[in-house]
Amino acid sequence: MNILSLFVIVPLIMLLGLWLSKGINQVRAVMVAGSTVLLGLSVWLTVAYIGLRNGGATEEMLFTASTPWYEPLNICYSVGVDGISVVMLLLSSIIVFTGTFASWRLQPMTKEYFLWFTLLSTGVFGFFISTDLFTMFMFYEVALIPMYLLIGVWGSGKKEYAAMKLTLMLMGGSAFLLIGILGIYYGAGAETMNILEIVNHKIPTEFQRLFFPLIFIGFGVLGALFPFHTWSPDGHASAPTAVSMLHAGVLMKLGGYGCFRIAMYLMPTGAAIWGDFFLVLTTISVVYGAFSAVVQTDLKYINAYSSVSHCGLVLFALLMMTKVSATGAILQMLSHGLMTALFFALIGMIYGRTHTRDIRQLRGLMKIMPFLAVGYVIAGLANLGLPGLSGFIAEMTVFVGSFQNPDNFHRVCTVIATMSIVITAVYILRVVGKILYGTCENPEHLKLTDATWDERFTVICLIAAVAGLGLAPFWVSDVISHSVEPIISAIIK
Amino acid sequence: MEYTIFILALPVLSFLVLALAGMKMPHKVAGAIGTLSLAAVTVLSYITAIGYFGATRTAEGLLPVSTPWNFQWLPFTESLHIDMGIMLDPISVMMLVVISTVSLMVHIYSFGYMKGERGFQRYYAFLSLFTFSMLGLVVATNIFQMYVFWELVGVSSYLLIGFYYTKPEAIAASKKAFIVTRFADLGFLIGILIYGYYMQTFTFTPSEEQLMKAGMVLPWALGLMFVGGAGKSAMFPLHIWLPDAMEGPTPVSALIHAATMVVAGVYLVARMFPLFIGFAPETLHWVAYIGMFTAFYAATVACVQSDIKRVLAFSTISQIGFMMVALGVCTSLDPHEGGLGYMASMFHLFTHAMFKALLFLGAGCVIHAVHSNEMSFMGGLRKYMPVTHITFLIACLAIAGIPPFSGFFSKDEILTACFRFSPVAGWIMTIIAGMTAFYMFRLYYCIFWGKDNNSASREQSQARLNYAEAQPVLGEAKDNYAHHTPHESPVVMTLPLMILAAITIVAGWIMPFGHFVSSNGHAYDIHLDTTVATTSIIVAVVAILIATWMYAGKTQPVADMLQKKFSRLHYAAYKRFFMDELWLFVTKKIIFRCISTPLAWFDRHVIDQFMNFMAWGTNAAGETAQPIQSGKIQTYTMWFLGGIIILTAALIIL
Repeated sequence: MNILSLFVIVPLIMLLGLWLSKGINQVRAVMVAGSTVLLGLSVWLTVAYIGLRNGGATEEMLFTASTPWYEPLNICYSVGVDGISVVMLLLSSIIVFTGTFASWRLQPMTKEYFLWFTLLSTGVFGFFISTDLFTMFMFYEVALIPMYLLIGVWGSGKKEYAAMKLTLMLMGGSAFLLIGILGIYYGAGAETMNILEIVNHKIPTEFQRLFFPLIFIGFGVLGALFPFHTWSPDGHASAPTAVSMLHAGVLMKLGGYGCFRIAMYLMPTGAAIWGDFFLVLTTISVVYGAFSAVVQTDLKYINAYSSVSHCGLVLFALLMMTKVSATGAILQMLSHGLMTALFFALIGMIYGRTHTRDIRQLRGLMKIMPFLAVGYVIAGLANLGLPGLSGFIAEMTVFVGSFQNPDNFHRVCTVIATMSIVITAVYILRVVGKILYGTCENPEHLKLTDATWDERFTVICLIAAVAGLGLAPFWVSDVISHSVEPIISAIIK
Repeated sequence: MEYTIFILALPVLSFLVLALAGMKMPHKVAGAIGTLSLAAVTVLSYITAIGYFGATRTAEGLLPVSTPWNFQWLPFTESLHIDMGIMLDPISVMMLVVISTVSLMVHIYSFGYMKGERGFQRYYAFLSLFTFSMLGLVVATNIFQMYVFWELVGVSSYLLIGFYYTKPEAIAASKKAFIVTRFADLGFLIGILIYGYYMQTFTFTPSEEQLMKAGMVLPWALGLMFVGGAGKSAMFPLHIWLPDAMEGPTPVSALIHAATMVVAGVYLVARMFPLFIGFAPETLHWVAYIGMFTAFYAATVACVQSDIKRVLAFSTISQIGFMMVALGVCTSLDPHEGGLGYMASMFHLFTHAMFKALLFLGAGCVIHAVHSNEMSFMGGLRKYMPVTHITFLIACLAIAGIPPFSGFFSKDEILTACFRFSPVAGWIMTIIAGMTAFYMFRLYYCIFWGKDNNSASREQSQARLNYAEAQPVLGEAKDNYAHHTPHESPVVMTLPLMILAAITIVAGWIMPFGHFVSSNGHAYDIHLDTTVATTSIIVAVVAILIATWMYAGKTQPVADMLQKKFSRLHYAAYKRFFMDELWLFVTKKIIFRCISTPLAWFDRHVIDQFMNFMAWGTNAAGETAQPIQSGKIQTYTMWFLGGIIILTAALIIL
């Protein structure tokens, strides 16, 4: 059996285990065991992948396998990974692992919650290992639908509205995607759904002109592309902690990954035609998200808009179409995934205690819950690009890479996008200054306690990942840029 | 010189230990860890300096540039990558000495100054972090490494300014410092991007070939980098964060906001100096003009401030202006031909770091004694604090440019360089030097002479108590503020003062500075230009005499009269010519009100409403179409028949 299939099989076994388990302890046991196995698997995969590459493996995808499951449309269950998917799998497993601990004390219906949570993870893992368009799409849907229930049932605030809005907008995106996928399939005329084979067939220009924007927007909705980002603030604000983590941390990355791997890779002519148009949209996303975050008063809204800005940077970097900028885009996905998960975890923990996320009602948390407050400062510093944490290396790779594109229009966009680093500092420090510093005067808040062990564990794991990526970026950058190369050379050919 | 790695490794280790385990340590242990590791760093720096400057010169008479450590940290392309390493050349070694010395003094001093403060361990952890970042900045092997550490010093500065995080002013000041410098760093970053793209390298010394290809864009790249430097070095109009940064603990102001971090911009220009001279001399002169204006502006403001740390802050801004001017007036790489300013600037950086740190630490002792920053609470302190008094006087004489103190020599070189560039520049700088002498002695007299406020009338001690109550200082017991006669600080605080004073006295004489640091690397003999020196001494002495006449007495009739007569000018200068209000207007009114708020509104009410409208539209369409599916056979039949008739009619007609 192919090693990659384990990434789908393990969550399926977990689902079975959860279904059979009785009582919260068994549920927790299954989740911890399963997510640890997944984490171990992805670490092992990364090591094995680097080993193979160093051993001279030159194929674009490694660990490939393929089994047809619907002959009439040539749909196969084909899997394979390159450097990009390896790091995405690593990211997903870290988030699932920490998300488990972040939902440690979740009530009520813990078992059902974890069932949906695991199903969502199955979709995410499946998406990243697939190389077949239709299989990818299927896993994509598997990842989206549980979100509706997770937010609608376990959320807070206007949860039904948010769940509905998020699902409808993302489903709207999937409708575009499905059309686009069929377009690619028939346009290429290759009688295969496998990306690696389609890329060798030239899709006619007219097809590309029509279907590129469909796929790009379809995935772009999930990647918070302006103006299709409005599900993000409401969705994140209402989602329970671990779901926000998984959503911002991993699910939004499906968008960028899809835009790169499917839209741009398979339809380079379309990318050339539409590139400038989408570049403008992404530049707007970057700056607009940051400016909007400056005046928000809800912690989660601030983060959601910040995500619009940071995920905008992912698509922005991809559209710059240089090897370095694309590497930067993947690094940014990785970095944003980790630090946003950290942020949402901390916000969830603070909210769990204070029952408010309104920054006007929070003050002086540094003295009341020092651990969480310090974690928050670190997450903030990572977000505003402090060297040594992951945000810096990602942003710098993006900017250096974008500047390698000699076109003047691209240059102007790059300069505009760099402005976001200042605005990010404004909204991060605003929040830190308002909620963590100062003296707390609310007697209710003075009674609150600091993080519990499971919360500490979550936060420490994520900080370690953020700092690990930020301190030793060379190996990740190598793994990614090696795999970005064939894709970029196909795009700019 | 592989051991230089420990210069960076020790502070980082001490930071990690203190950050992770500091809270469980007693204060003494935490302080000892920080101080001892820094003492080791200082020793290593001195060994490095002795080894480096003592080494034999190359055949061309240069001190060899060595790179004991360098590894690729983040690769971008074949030729573009961020490296991390240690580069030793004359200015970086000199900076190692400056930073480690001042930092060690501050570490020792803080034992006394921060005694009993809550967060003592955190304070030492941040000091270690800062020292690490600053050392990493100066030994950078390439421009991007410099940027990395540049950001790190920015954050350490943010953390230390906001050390008293329950104090609203400190929070605001730390935020302001970070954001203003970040804004300037944007220029630095874009400059680096341009430099990197056209040069295809991030090193400081691109090859001839690369320079030939990209020489055209260098003025832009260097100009933008200077914007970053201007932000960190508080050049007008980006200086606004520095006076507010005085909200941090005083030793921090001495270390970061007087001696080391704020001169990073000067260091940056010095680092890129050969490129400036070769490809962007015009840009370099702009540096001089900006520096000159800043020096003048800050000196004016410093003359009327009432908070002693603010006076020192503006004095720092002004002195950094001097250093920038010195670099900017250079016209060639040869110190004999117009490159003198480079050496003068570095020399002034060195001497200034010592005497300004001394001034700040002295001010810290004063603040410690009277529990206030306001001059009106001081006066006549010379009797109570003899050591502080004498060392402060030495530093004042040094900054005023009185021989034989170190400031005289470095300032004299700067003035000589200016006169060589143009007599106008020379005279302007001489006048500013005179203003420096004036406001420093105004400060000196107001603190140590004049009316003895400590035999203290009842109202004044009450005022002091009120002031103390208004200060939400962490953990310090209120009764510390109760009125008591000011007394000299403990030895841990006065010892650093004495050491720094000793350096200030001798640095001008014993440093054959030009031998080590000069614009083209060749040994250069510093010699005094007697005309310039005489002029500047006369100006300084006159300025000091005026200050004595105005401020040394028990009452200050002249000063009060002038203040009344020019009340508007006084107010404007006291308010720093409304630069802060201007910036506040830009940030609060323009960014918050005119950009962010409308954008956020637009997002919620236009874009999001459009999505909601789509949903509502779909819903409405469904509602409208719903009655068609009524379930009544009759209706269906009617629609069916109608359809058939229309279709048939259409077929017949067509």
